[in-house]
Amino acid sequence: MVEYLPIIIGVGLAFIVAGIIMLISWLMGPKRPYRTKLTPYESGMPILDASRKRIPVAFFLIALDFVVFDVESAFLFPWALTVRNSGTTEFISGITFIVVAVVVGYLYVYLKGGFDIYKGNSENVK
Amino acid sequence: MNEILEALVKYAAILAFMLGVVAPVMVWVERRGMALIQDRRGPNRVGPFGLLQPLADAFKFIFKEEIIPAQADKVLYLAAPALALVPALTTFTVVPFGPTFNYAGKEIKLVVIDSDIGALMFLALAGLGVYSLICAGYGSYNKYSLLGSLRASAQLISYELSMGFAILAILVSTASFNLLDVIDYQNSMWNIVYQPLGFLVFLVTAFAETNRVPFDLPESESELVAGFNTEYGAMKFALFFMGEYVNMTTLSLLLAVLYLGGWQLYPGWTPPEGIVGAIIGVLITLAKVIFMMWLFVWVRFTLPRFRYDQLMKLGWKVLLPLSITNLVIVTILVNKGIL
Repeated sequence: MVEYLPIIIGVGLAFIVAGIIMLISWLMGPKRPYRTKLTPYESGMPILDASRKRIPVAFFLIALDFVVFDVESAFLFPWALTVRNSGTTEFISGITFIVVAVVVGYLYVYLKGGFDIYKGNSENVK
Repeated sequence: MNEILEALVKYAAILAFMLGVVAPVMVWVERRGMALIQDRRGPNRVGPFGLLQPLADAFKFIFKEEIIPAQADKVLYLAAPALALVPALTTFTVVPFGPTFNYAGKEIKLVVIDSDIGALMFLALAGLGVYSLICAGYGSYNKYSLLGSLRASAQLISYELSMGFAILAILVSTASFNLLDVIDYQNSMWNIVYQPLGFLVFLVTAFAETNRVPFDLPESESELVAGFNTEYGAMKFALFFMGEYVNMTTLSLLLAVLYLGGWQLYPGWTPPEGIVGAIIGVLITLAKVIFMMWLFVWVRFTLPRFRYDQLMKLGWKVLLPLSITNLVIVTILVNKGIL
């Protein structure tokens, strides 16, 4: 475990470096805030309404697709190590998994329109 | 204890190289390269050939006013630039950059963490990049930022999948997650010849994962102002770009290691033993990385940007089936003993 120390240091360092750089810039720069300067940027127009909108459902669809196929690829990683040194049985079971779970699953989502994000105009998102 | 010290020294050396040399030089190369391709002069006033331009940029960034929008979620807003640096400062630890050599009776491996799950570590750490985009978009309370971050995260997770399958095919043929073994495996022939399809998929996803043109939808300036970093100014903006350049370098290095034989000049030619050979090896790797980095710049100013639905279509309907096909072909060839 101890050899992974640089990764933990890297995560800590990211926050420290970012913090220090932002602090230096905060100390060196001018500070003349006023109300309009602190409003969200909307191409210079007066703000119309709240900036936190409801998120289009198409993005939820992408997230679902991702979870399905990512879990399937996670199953394949340990199997990938064994392909070279294993016999026909392991090979056939692996290929069967790819065909049944990944390919058939992919075709099902494809035919159901799961990948048709923003088809034509935004109204017919399934 | 000695190993930890060695790892930390290597980590510090690469970090200094990445942040001190690669990031500023890439800023310069990108702007001069853009000028070259577009038949302009580019920055040429500060220092010889404008080489000190990045330094001038940094000073200007420091003396800019730091603005935090009044309605922003301050924690998320300020955490986003730091989170953008997390994958940048961690992913390169598992990727080897030079051959192993003996020095003073001690075997030194030119990789920070000689991990048996290196490829998995890379995928896991690279996946953390999404959090920064989400935090930036949600935290800054801006419509453009929100849209940009949604697009960015959808794009990242879509292309991450194809990248995962492309790496999976490499692992099937190598039978190891250790990236040093991947290079050893390429002694007979580089993976780019054995798996051209995988190389293509990996190359395209590398562009998408770093949000580079033609996949820079998250920050497409003509429609979303600057996407997820619209509300970021001064050094906070520079931090995002630092992260992007370091990520680009790491991906170029990974591309060289996975498909271009790492430090082999041609298939089978490894540098001689000893410290001189190690230096030659590092230089050969560097040459490949520099070529890939130039490719990033070259493509950026040659190709136009995709439309968003085209981008999603390419990710899900072209790259994913291609990467799965590549995996099946490689698996069959390995099982038949051809690869």
